[in-house]
Amino acid sequence: MHSVISVKALNKKIVTSSEKSQQESLIENPIVFETDDLNLWYSDTQALKNIQLPIYEKNVTAIIGPSGCGKSTYLKTLNRMVELVPGVQTSGTIKYRGKNILDKSFKVEELRTQVGMVFQKPNPFPKSIYDNIAYGPKIHGIRNKKILDEIVEQSLRGAYIWDEVKDRLKQNAYGLSGGQQQRLCIARCLAIEPDVILMDEPTSALDPKSTLKVEELIQELKKEYSIVIVTHNMQQAARISDYTAFMLNGELVEFTDTNTLFSMPKDKRTEDYITGRFG
Amino acid sequence: MKYMEPEMVRNKMRFRVQLNKIFQVCFFLATIFGLIVLAVLIVRVLNQGLSYLNMNFLTGKLSTNPDQAGIMGAILGTFWLMAVVVPITTILGVGTAIYNELYAKKGRMQSVIQTNIANLAGVPSIVYGILGMTIFARALNFGSVVLAGGLTMSLLVLPIVIVASQEAIRSVPQHLAEASYGIGATKWQTVKNIILPASLPGILTGSILALSRAIGETAPLVVLGIPALLIPFPSGIFDRFTVLPMQIYYWTIDASLVEEYAYLASATIIVLLVLLFMLNSTAIIIRNKFQQRY
Ligand SMILES: Nc1ncnc2c1ncn2[C@@H]1O[C@H](COP(=O)(O)OP(=O)(O)O)[C@@H](O)[C@H]1O
Ligand SMILES: [Mg+2]
Repeated sequence: MHSVISVKALNKKIVTSSEKSQQESLIENPIVFETDDLNLWYSDTQALKNIQLPIYEKNVTAIIGPSGCGKSTYLKTLNRMVELVPGVQTSGTIKYRGKNILDKSFKVEELRTQVGMVFQKPNPFPKSIYDNIAYGPKIHGIRNKKILDEIVEQSLRGAYIWDEVKDRLKQNAYGLSGGQQQRLCIARCLAIEPDVILMDEPTSALDPKSTLKVEELIQELKKEYSIVIVTHNMQQAARISDYTAFMLNGELVEFTDTNTLFSMPKDKRTEDYITGRFG
Repeated sequence: MKYMEPEMVRNKMRFRVQLNKIFQVCFFLATIFGLIVLAVLIVRVLNQGLSYLNMNFLTGKLSTNPDQAGIMGAILGTFWLMAVVVPITTILGVGTAIYNELYAKKGRMQSVIQTNIANLAGVPSIVYGILGMTIFARALNFGSVVLAGGLTMSLLVLPIVIVASQEAIRSVPQHLAEASYGIGATKWQTVKNIILPASLPGILTGSILALSRAIGETAPLVVLGIPALLIPFPSGIFDRFTVLPMQIYYWTIDASLVEEYAYLASATIIVLLVLLFMLNSTAIIIRNKFQQRY
């Protein structure tokens, strides 16, 4: 599997930092998602072109690029959320732990139980803090009150928000600040014990202090979860990610470990982007 | 650049300000016109009807003698009619709305259905009466009973319920549904736990307004053949019945024979208005009480 990737990567001129370090990291980190030749159309407009990208286990992969380049679209294909848009068509494969999720026989509910998502705008349900977290486990059939209590506490602790909300679990989640709401949404995601967490610009609606908290949280979470994060903030990508993919006009321009991408980008377009010449 | 000459601006100013005043008055008059006509109608009805509105009138049986006539039969008939209309329209209406908004594949077929539902809301009520008479009263051989009337009225207001429910469902923010799908919920789980609770106030408001339409409608029931003088009270959906607006109708056309009938009609109008007012208030209270922010 590994060799296939690197050969293809060379063919596609996806520039690797140095082939050796890439090989090493491949050996160190199993692949969770393996995207191959992915194309996606919204009706007539093509939003993704021949995307080829591995996502490594228990690492943070950042996707950067100018607005409209297809970052969110790519992220949403990983849990097939993109199918909610009428008229979407895809080709190619995305293997999640070896199984092609674009196969229509792949149960989308099952995928989304393994692959949680945190959205750009915090989107808690208009329910109590407790019910927001318990919703996922309940959906999947957990009824026992004791177990639900335990899940709620663990998830809120996991998202570093337990101390702030433990005395107001029965209150409506809309009473929380934007930053707290976003961490609540992360907790809601943790409650279904996912394998991968997708985050679409999770801090773009937050103030700097809340942003910092979420970034610290991501550093903690990657010990247990594989994380894919879309951000248009390059400093953020540099701060928190292990790998970075740079996209432009629906294409993947460059993918490598974050240090290399920001210190010695191989592609001229990447360099232009990270030095702020466009985007 | 020096086009905004103070002199010119000052000269035009007076005219602009006055024109604004004139339009303000026009719009106010437009509003007041409707209110005045309504007030005149209500005063007239109250004037004529209030003296006939007593306990005997409310609880009594129908009679040709104006002094003994009561409208309990019509009140009961109206409630029995509601008992048929409410479950049928909510189940069919909300079901259709959910299917159209959330399940149906967007495409040609769906937009044809959509347009037709909107058109059905504009079909004259007498046409539904003819339909109801043909199908329920004759073909299915129910006769002019509560069930036939209720089914006819249900057809009549169904499009209203569907359109209102669809709007309510559509106004639930997409990001709430996404949050639910995002943790592996099925469509039905999302509908049941997230979308329906959030759209319930809108659905209820629409249903109640549709119901008040059903209560006030007369034409379809005229076609269905509701008797002018029905003395026994209805006690089930297979009984013959009359309703408040039918009673108003018959008394009004018979007022040329017996003058007091006009007053009885007015008294009945008051009862019907109070009923409708209560329904509409309920709708407003529900809307305000359950309105959520997202
Ligand atoms: N629901 C949609 N319908 C049609 N086109 C869309 C839709 N969502 C995104 N697009 C188009 O796809 C391209 C990529 O969008 P997106 O993935 O949202 O970009 P990014 O997240 O990088 O800003 C854009 O050109 C956008 O206009
Ligand atoms: Mg985006």
